[in-house]
Amino acid sequence: MSGENQPITNVLVPTGALGAGVRREHVWAGLVAGPHAIACDAGSTDSGPAYLATGKPKYSRAAVKADLTILMQAQAQARIPLLIGSCGTSGADTALDWTCEIALEIAAEHGLSPKIALLRSEQDPEVLAAKARAGKIRPLAPHTEASPELFLGCDHVVALMGPEPYIAALEAGADIVLGGRTTDTAVLAALPLSRGAGAGPAWHAGKIAECGGLCTRRTRDGGVMIKVGQDSFDVEPLSAANACDPYTVSSHMLYENADPFLLTEPGGVLDVREAVYEALDARTVRVRGSRFVPAPYTMKLEGAGGGPFQTVILVGIQDPEVLAELPRFLDQMETALRRRLAEAMPQVGPEAVSLRPYGWNAVLGDAPPPGTPTPREIGLLLVATAADQATATQIAKTCNPILFHMPLDPETELPSYAFPFSPAEIERGQVYEFKLNHVVEVDDPLELVRMSFVQAGAR
Amino acid sequence: MPQLKDVCRFIRSKNAGPYWITVDLYFDAANYAAYAEAPGLSIEALARAAAVAPGEVRKFVVPDLHVVKVTYPRPSPQGGVLERDLHGGQQFVRFQALEV
Repeated sequence: MSGENQPITNVLVPTGALGAGVRREHVWAGLVAGPHAIACDAGSTDSGPAYLATGKPKYSRAAVKADLTILMQAQAQARIPLLIGSCGTSGADTALDWTCEIALEIAAEHGLSPKIALLRSEQDPEVLAAKARAGKIRPLAPHTEASPELFLGCDHVVALMGPEPYIAALEAGADIVLGGRTTDTAVLAALPLSRGAGAGPAWHAGKIAECGGLCTRRTRDGGVMIKVGQDSFDVEPLSAANACDPYTVSSHMLYENADPFLLTEPGGVLDVREAVYEALDARTVRVRGSRFVPAPYTMKLEGAGGGPFQTVILVGIQDPEVLAELPRFLDQMETALRRRLAEAMPQVGPEAVSLRPYGWNAVLGDAPPPGTPTPREIGLLLVATAADQATATQIAKTCNPILFHMPLDPETELPSYAFPFSPAEIERGQVYEFKLNHVVEVDDPLELVRMSFVQAGAR
Repeated sequence: MPQLKDVCRFIRSKNAGPYWITVDLYFDAANYAAYAEAPGLSIEALARAAAVAPGEVRKFVVPDLHVVKVTYPRPSPQGGVLERDLHGGQQFVRFQALEV
């Protein structure tokens, strides 16, 4: 790969996310190839703000335990480090502790005794407000400001770690490193970087492998192995039946990335504009020409908090006469709801209700193009929003008779549309919102990170 | 006049973080050569399809993959009061009927 004298670091990436599914046979096949570490992440912002705002994980405890059991057994057997970033979806402290507790339970059940490092990157909003006042925080587009109040409005704030805390934990003798929020790439790049791999190949390999099998032909078929050297890296699937090719690997740079060529990381920017992707054999791709351009160290901040509350009502409509004139019916419905709310609850503004006709235009909310066929039925979802749950429910209840009985034309007999539930209204809880898109300057990659150790199996 | 859905192999959309949508337009080699830089895929045309201002749209051409990538800010951050498409996975439909 990069000359006989240069060390190659093999990292087994078993899955795109802990809890999404790890295949025991693929991990064991990967162990045969001699990995130096097993690494994956366990979270991201992809699934929405609720997981960060509440600190509760997205995946079930059972799913995470099943995956983590396989990885901890592989770690113990191969005696190589296991690194897991963004534990418990958000990487908040409660989510990290939840993951650690599962790990300790697995260790007890299987007679394992790893030394576990915990890397906390949740931040005190007050500390960040002070950093903002000191001019150490700047907004990322499309945000334009970094006022201290923004941070105080968050229920949880996490800073995305780079590879340095993982390397520090390994140097301190950790067998397993469970990290709070971390960039997906950093978890995979940490060991290659610490063993002297080229920064460009290490970061690029981390990016390509961060979603596990997504850079392979059969994207659902297990994880991948990255082999990182000084000037290049190789990537291949763990499953013998699966394959990577230059197209599947290079196109992964498009996925969920705003920019397909440049990726900003805590200590610099990965630049793949000159990268060359070459098939090494029928299932392995070699990548050369990746560059990492160092920049002042910053950590991205993610913050979320609770907003207003919502109550919803779903009503099914199959009346062909109504559906034949659906735009008129929906306009009338909107008007009737607003009129009734203005009479009965004048304190409520018009933005308190949103009508979403599923089967018509609920997903995009735009006008359907001319010629759109009449649907056979629609599910009309009313979303009522208010500062508290009780008011949201009162709004929904006020709307109920109109949703139930509004005729297309006044002279027609009273229709009754189809509620699926009793009570018709469903209190769906709080709306959670992302509130931050900022970076904080730090003097040291560990400045905002707290490291601690737990010895599993100790009696 | 052909529409984007007639000249693309496929079109997909997804969030790129909580504040951005990114849309990947996959072409074959011939259609990529014909359309990637054509007026039908100008920043202005893409902005109209995305229902945002032209100044907010970033367009990338990726010749090796025959892909045009379009990135623009979400009208509201992922998951808020107005959310209708949490992962942005259905926003590609806005681009299908774009006349190229």
